[in-house]
Amino acid sequence: MTSMGDKAKVKARVGDIVFSRLARFSGIGILVILAAVAFFLFLQGLPALLPGADFVGKADNPLSYVAPYIFGTVYSSIIALLIATPLAVGIALYISHFADRRFSQVIGYIIDLLAAIPSVVFGLWGILILAPFLNPTYVWLSENLNWIPLFEGQVSATGRTMLTAGIVLAIMVLPIMSALIREVFLQTPRLHEEAALALGATRWEMIKMAVLPFGRPGIISSMMLGLGRALGETMAVALVLSPASIVNFALLTSQNSNTIAANIALDFPEAGGDYRSLLIATGLMLFLITMIVNMIARYVISRRAAFSGAN
Amino acid sequence: MDKLVKLSALAITGALVLSGCAAANEEPEEETTTDSSSSDSSTDSSTDEAEEAPALEGTLDGSGASSMASGQEAWVAGFQAENPGVTVNYNPTGSGTGRDQFEQGLTFFTGSDSALKQEELDTPHPNCDPVDGPMFEFPIWISPIAIMFNLDGIDSLNMTPDTVAQIFTGEINNWSDPAITADNPGVDLPDLAITAVHRSDESGTTGNFTDTMAKAAPDTWLLNGENAGDFESWPAEWGGEGGQGTSGVVAAIEAGNGTIGYADASRVGDFGTVAFGVGDEFVPYSAEAAAKIVDVSPTVDGRPDTMLTYDLDRATQESGTYPVVLISYLQGCMDYSDDEQAELVKAYARYMLSAEGQQFASDNAGNAPISNELREKALAIIDQVQ
Amino acid sequence: MTTTAPIIDTSNTLPRRFSLFALGGSVAISLSVFILAGFTSEDGIPNFFGVGVLAFIFYMVISFIASRAVEGRRKAADRMVTGWVTAAFTLALVPLTSLIWTVFSNGLNRMDITFFTNSMRNVLGEGGGAYHAIIGTLELTGIATAIALPLGILTAIYLVEYGRGRLKNAVTFFIDVMTGIPSIVAGLFAFSLFLILFGPASAINGMAGAVSLAVLMTPVVTRATEEMLKIVPNELREASYALGVPKYLTILKVVIPTALAGIATGVIIAIARVIGETAPLLLAAGFTTSVNFNPLEEKMMTLPVFVYTSYAIQGTDAQSYVDRAWAGALTLMLIVMVLNLIARIISRIFSPKF
Repeated sequence: MTSMGDKAKVKARVGDIVFSRLARFSGIGILVILAAVAFFLFLQGLPALLPGADFVGKADNPLSYVAPYIFGTVYSSIIALLIATPLAVGIALYISHFADRRFSQVIGYIIDLLAAIPSVVFGLWGILILAPFLNPTYVWLSENLNWIPLFEGQVSATGRTMLTAGIVLAIMVLPIMSALIREVFLQTPRLHEEAALALGATRWEMIKMAVLPFGRPGIISSMMLGLGRALGETMAVALVLSPASIVNFALLTSQNSNTIAANIALDFPEAGGDYRSLLIATGLMLFLITMIVNMIARYVISRRAAFSGAN
Repeated sequence: MDKLVKLSALAITGALVLSGCAAANEEPEEETTTDSSSSDSSTDSSTDEAEEAPALEGTLDGSGASSMASGQEAWVAGFQAENPGVTVNYNPTGSGTGRDQFEQGLTFFTGSDSALKQEELDTPHPNCDPVDGPMFEFPIWISPIAIMFNLDGIDSLNMTPDTVAQIFTGEINNWSDPAITADNPGVDLPDLAITAVHRSDESGTTGNFTDTMAKAAPDTWLLNGENAGDFESWPAEWGGEGGQGTSGVVAAIEAGNGTIGYADASRVGDFGTVAFGVGDEFVPYSAEAAAKIVDVSPTVDGRPDTMLTYDLDRATQESGTYPVVLISYLQGCMDYSDDEQAELVKAYARYMLSAEGQQFASDNAGNAPISNELREKALAIIDQVQ
Repeated sequence: MTTTAPIIDTSNTLPRRFSLFALGGSVAISLSVFILAGFTSEDGIPNFFGVGVLAFIFYMVISFIASRAVEGRRKAADRMVTGWVTAAFTLALVPLTSLIWTVFSNGLNRMDITFFTNSMRNVLGEGGGAYHAIIGTLELTGIATAIALPLGILTAIYLVEYGRGRLKNAVTFFIDVMTGIPSIVAGLFAFSLFLILFGPASAINGMAGAVSLAVLMTPVVTRATEEMLKIVPNELREASYALGVPKYLTILKVVIPTALAGIATGVIIAIARVIGETAPLLLAAGFTTSVNFNPLEEKMMTLPVFVYTSYAIQGTDAQSYVDRAWAGALTLMLIVMVLNLIARIISRIFSPKF
């Protein structure tokens, strides 16, 4: 062994140590950043939660202030999910089992492109194109079907309703949901599919027997991810919805429960003092809600990974 | 990795090259303003003052009401064009935040939809000398609020204050309601639901509109059986459609048929407007009719001479006066601890008050220029600022 | 055999062209229903979307009845599902087409030289442009990338090459959680942080915006890099170790170059994601009408915020504000499309060939 070799070894060891430390610290850095997000939101939101906070007449107490917004956030996201899930499953099936390979690849690109369109553009489109387009239908629904509680109340004159917000959100979460479901469907063991077809099953029966049971956890987790996305979506809702701070189940009126995120975006630039802290505190609440939803989604996915024989 | 480094280096250089050049409409004067904003030049230049009006230099920060944002945009543009060495930043944060920022010493003037309260006057203001010294306050921005509607073929409707109040509180919800038809003989009003549009965000426009209603229609402006008073955030109990900001309200009125809403008169466009019942006549909105409200209203008693605070007489019976008006005040110190800032505030306030400045803003933002009488009183106050 | 559901009898099938005819017939019926019932706009043009929906319902009913009668229950169900799946897919393309068409046709009004060379300083109506916003977007995205790139890639290296045990599990899990942070929360975080660092007077600045973007970008970069590092075959690493190359050099000289194309693609897609973020920048970087090159001082305009404020805060001459909003939206969408295209090209050309 020469001293040269020793030097190289020392250098290698130092390099290894430095590099592995660096990588490790980056990993820890992620944890630190997340903790910092929660910590700073808490720190800045705290003044609003202490007694004696002055909300300059905009709120009586933090809880009654945020309640309608929590409702609006959850309600709009659930509407979006109810619309998006059957569509996403349909699109995923179409691409994975109905369209031919070349065509489905092109379609895959196009749908990915939908995912990349900035939300503010969706918002502009929603308020200027979609809302006026849908409004005649709303008027018709409220004239003819207003015995259904969801369609009751004075119909909006502009189409800027909860249902429109739900539809815009559905269009926005559709790409990620259908992409994820498509991936899961494509992983269906070929043997199962071919066995079903060999037994004389129609395509639908094959899908019912082989694809859907295999893909069910994938559908559920994609719903959770879509929900997480819809809960936190800001600008599209801020632009589209005609907001009010009330709890309202009606879909077609001008009085819609606003969402937490949209409310922050609308009020924050002109807020000050304890009211600003209150908005930050509602942001912390949104963070916790989406975190819980995402955790459930990950839990479902990880269970599936353990169960399936794919890997 | 090397490729990646090269790629990102390329991207960064690209960005830097781009950043090297100023916008085509922000030519070199920009450079000088940023350089000269340091305060140590003030001692030298103050000696030159006697010889000839020195070119003003520096940065003046203000904030406050967003209702006068479009006026401030015009004033800033006009003032900066006359004084290339000056940069004025008016941040439309909302009146409340604006007053807070002034109290914290972050800004040197405030535009506010409401007058300073006594406790706000008593708080120390770090930029004043002394910190609890006197302050000035006078109306700088008078803007008629038009009540506009979207009905095919109808340009103007007469409405008493009570009718307007009942429409916005949801008591009257059809255009063919007798309360409306009675004041509009000969107008063919459709049997159509009324959608009343209000501001969903907190705003001075709502504050002034509701103040008018509470005073001009005290018996019909009811919330839970009592006079609802004035407020800046619309209560959910009355229903109606919400629009974010002036643009949101205008967009909502435009999108629907049978909509009615209140917004800054500059945005009337092709909408029909309400002639507001004052005394025995109906007064359509106009800049002159709006400016008149200040002249017929008394100033608040017990305020210092340097504060022209008006108690607007919204229920006035005076002929030709349009009482649905938003007024905003300009607020600042009578004596600034920083003399250079004092000079900037004075010059800027003089520009805003001048007939030329008011007209320039009016051309761009559609507000009502202040009367000569008010201008003289305000200029007399500004002359004392040091 | 006593099967209740017999194997499909191929002799009882509807003619091949049946679907086509059924669809054509349905469209014709629903079109006439709309016109006869008077569900038309003032110019007599029926609502095409309504026609489509009604035609779809007719088609489903017709083919179900026909198929049920001729082919049996199972084939009928199959036709139903095929119809629904195809309709779902078509329906998804409608908003996309409408969106792209709207943005292009409205955006082109103001796609002129002025738009790209002027800011909004001292502009009160027509004219003006988004130069200041484009500068801001480039700077902030650049800074965010400079933060997120090393952090994200090193974290991925940790996860794939070094990590084990509870720390690895925790990091993996929280990367997922971080992916789901609502963008407005990232903006609130950056604002809260800079409120403490810079004080209330200058908490809103370009750097705060860049930090919020970096928070959103890091997990995307990590995820993409991790996937790419995982598919680098272990044989390559082992061969390198066998030659006596230390681990860090193996990673830097063997593993990363192999996965570079995939990483670059992932990074570009991550950039495309954050470049359109509006909410965090509205809060953390604010908005202004002037050019500002310094991210550490004063507010900075960015393209998405420009689009939003142009629409939300209109001046007296409202149309020119709306035109600028659409032109900004078009610019933004073109940037995103070009970035996606670059990502596709990189992954096509440099994709690892084993």
